[in-house]
Amino acid sequence: MSLIAFLGAVESGLIFGLVALGVFLSFRILDFPDLTVDGSFPLGGAVSATLIVSGWDPFLATAIAIVAGAMAGAVTALLNVKLRILHLLASILTMIALYSVNLRIMGRPNVALLMEPTVFSLVEAPGMPSRSWMIPAVLLVVIVLALIAFNLFMASRAGLAMRATGANARMAGAQGVSTAGAIVLGMAMSNGLVALAGALFAQSQGGADVTMGVGVIVVGLASVIGGEAVMPTRTVLLASIACVIGAIMYRLAVALALNADSIGLQAQDLNLITAVLVAVAMVLPGSRASLRRNFRRVLGLGDGNGGGGARP
Amino acid sequence: MRPLSVIAAACALALGLAPVSQAGAADVKHVAVTQIVEHPALDAAREGVREALAEAGWKVGENLTWTFESAQGSVGTAAQIAKKFVGLQPDVIVAIATPSAQTAVASANGIPVIFSAVTDPVGARLVRSLENPGVPVTGSSDMLPLPLHLAMIRRALPQSKTVGVLYNAGEANSVALVETLKTVAPAQGFTIVESTAPRSSDVLGAARNLVGKVDAIYVPTDNTVISALEAVVKVGIDNKLPVFAGDTASVARGAVAATGFDYHDLGLQTGRMVARVLAGADPRTMPVETIQKTDLYVNPAMAERMGLTLPPDMIADAAKIIE
Repeated sequence: MSLIAFLGAVESGLIFGLVALGVFLSFRILDFPDLTVDGSFPLGGAVSATLIVSGWDPFLATAIAIVAGAMAGAVTALLNVKLRILHLLASILTMIALYSVNLRIMGRPNVALLMEPTVFSLVEAPGMPSRSWMIPAVLLVVIVLALIAFNLFMASRAGLAMRATGANARMAGAQGVSTAGAIVLGMAMSNGLVALAGALFAQSQGGADVTMGVGVIVVGLASVIGGEAVMPTRTVLLASIACVIGAIMYRLAVALALNADSIGLQAQDLNLITAVLVAVAMVLPGSRASLRRNFRRVLGLGDGNGGGGARP
Repeated sequence: MRPLSVIAAACALALGLAPVSQAGAADVKHVAVTQIVEHPALDAAREGVREALAEAGWKVGENLTWTFESAQGSVGTAAQIAKKFVGLQPDVIVAIATPSAQTAVASANGIPVIFSAVTDPVGARLVRSLENPGVPVTGSSDMLPLPLHLAMIRRALPQSKTVGVLYNAGEANSVALVETLKTVAPAQGFTIVESTAPRSSDVLGAARNLVGKVDAIYVPTDNTVISALEAVVKVGIDNKLPVFAGDTASVARGAVAATGFDYHDLGLQTGRMVARVLAGADPRTMPVETIQKTDLYVNPAMAERMGLTLPPDMIADAAKIIE
């Protein structure tokens, strides 16, 4: 693997680290299986790219992209808490609706950002060190800031209420937590992070494409699970760092698959590697119970809370 | 166990980080091909590139290193393939389809990028203009050869003045095609009349809407209209209004004639451009090419039913005559 390919994998891994953080928030903290991600990632790209080509400031365009993603997450949460639609189905509905929304925003399937100003323009100016180093450096700053903000929030009253909602909604409600409010806020934050990732991806890779959301949720989940497999996850801080590490590991695995012709791996083996990675993580201690609970919920086998309802 | 697995992963990475081996002999050239997804049209284009290079004397395994990666439809993977290629420092990167071309150009760092099967290279910001790219990026576009399509209608109907175009305004490609059609039509003495069908069930009504207003109907490569082509053909037969198409497959289904192209020929064209760059040409000044080799398909029996006798020389020029 060349140095450029390695740095490229780190660059992608840091962007998808934001996706993994969002997926960690929905799946792990809120216990809400959310597939909106496949729509909110390209939404972030579409909004930022469309605004930039219309002459808006790239930083402002990226901020608006985050808001758009947050609104998409809130829509999923409201479908679930207000209309009582099953969480998984609610997220699928938002995801497929976003495909049309993204096409409508862009006006065409692909909006190019080559030769346009982006949030990375400052570090791409002549006289700066190589782009291969500078973009990952900028992204590292972004992800560290995101991690700090995420952990400060999770330690606040609102964050603790959100964690309580995910751990045991009935109990949290009994303690006076507005569980509906916590779910809407959490889903908005989660998809805001994912839309930020989509905006940064579009700006570093030459443009937004309506198909760029395909499989993003799988990458996010694999990153969360992979990170849990190699890192201790005793606290929210460790677990949130772990999913970013997991995202970088995933992208390095892709780069290895692309570059490991010697050991016979090819790019088309990637989905198999992902499946094996997730399967291996499932049989590792520590992640087994929580995974089983999530999968039982996704498959609709019981409520996933052990069924311990309060009985008089 | 956890620290161990981290160490193992680190070791694996260290092994993978071996320096890139430079090509052995100086006369061996390296062409790296990135393709967004594998499907018949794009694969045919890639094979065309390889064949054209072989014709120009660049043979895989002798004096040409050929690296190929498909992104399996994932733009994220396409971005990483582009990074891998820049690390390999090939002589030319060949990028097939728009997302692969954009990710390649975003990372290229001065390595020439020759694209294929990109419909709108200027809109995709790959080049500054079709005539003069201004950047080391050029290639061949799969934009339909609309002037040739209009010339075909002119040849079959020398007296015609207005052409009706049927399409779905919700399909981005069709909107782009119709925009282009309206700009090239006046040069050939045609006026374009539009009629849109948002669903395939609306196609019959949209075709009837053109009766009495136009001398011929032209059906572009619009998925909605193509899926209900028989309805258009029926309107053509009932009203003696000839129907022409933008793709050759529609001729067997009842269109009078079509001028189409094959992605293998497009790839051959791209490959010849790559060969010119390998021989030292500057891609900055190489104009983007549109398809040059087209095939005419005709359906004389259907033409008669639509009240039109095709000129004998036109039938003689056809690559395929549908009986």
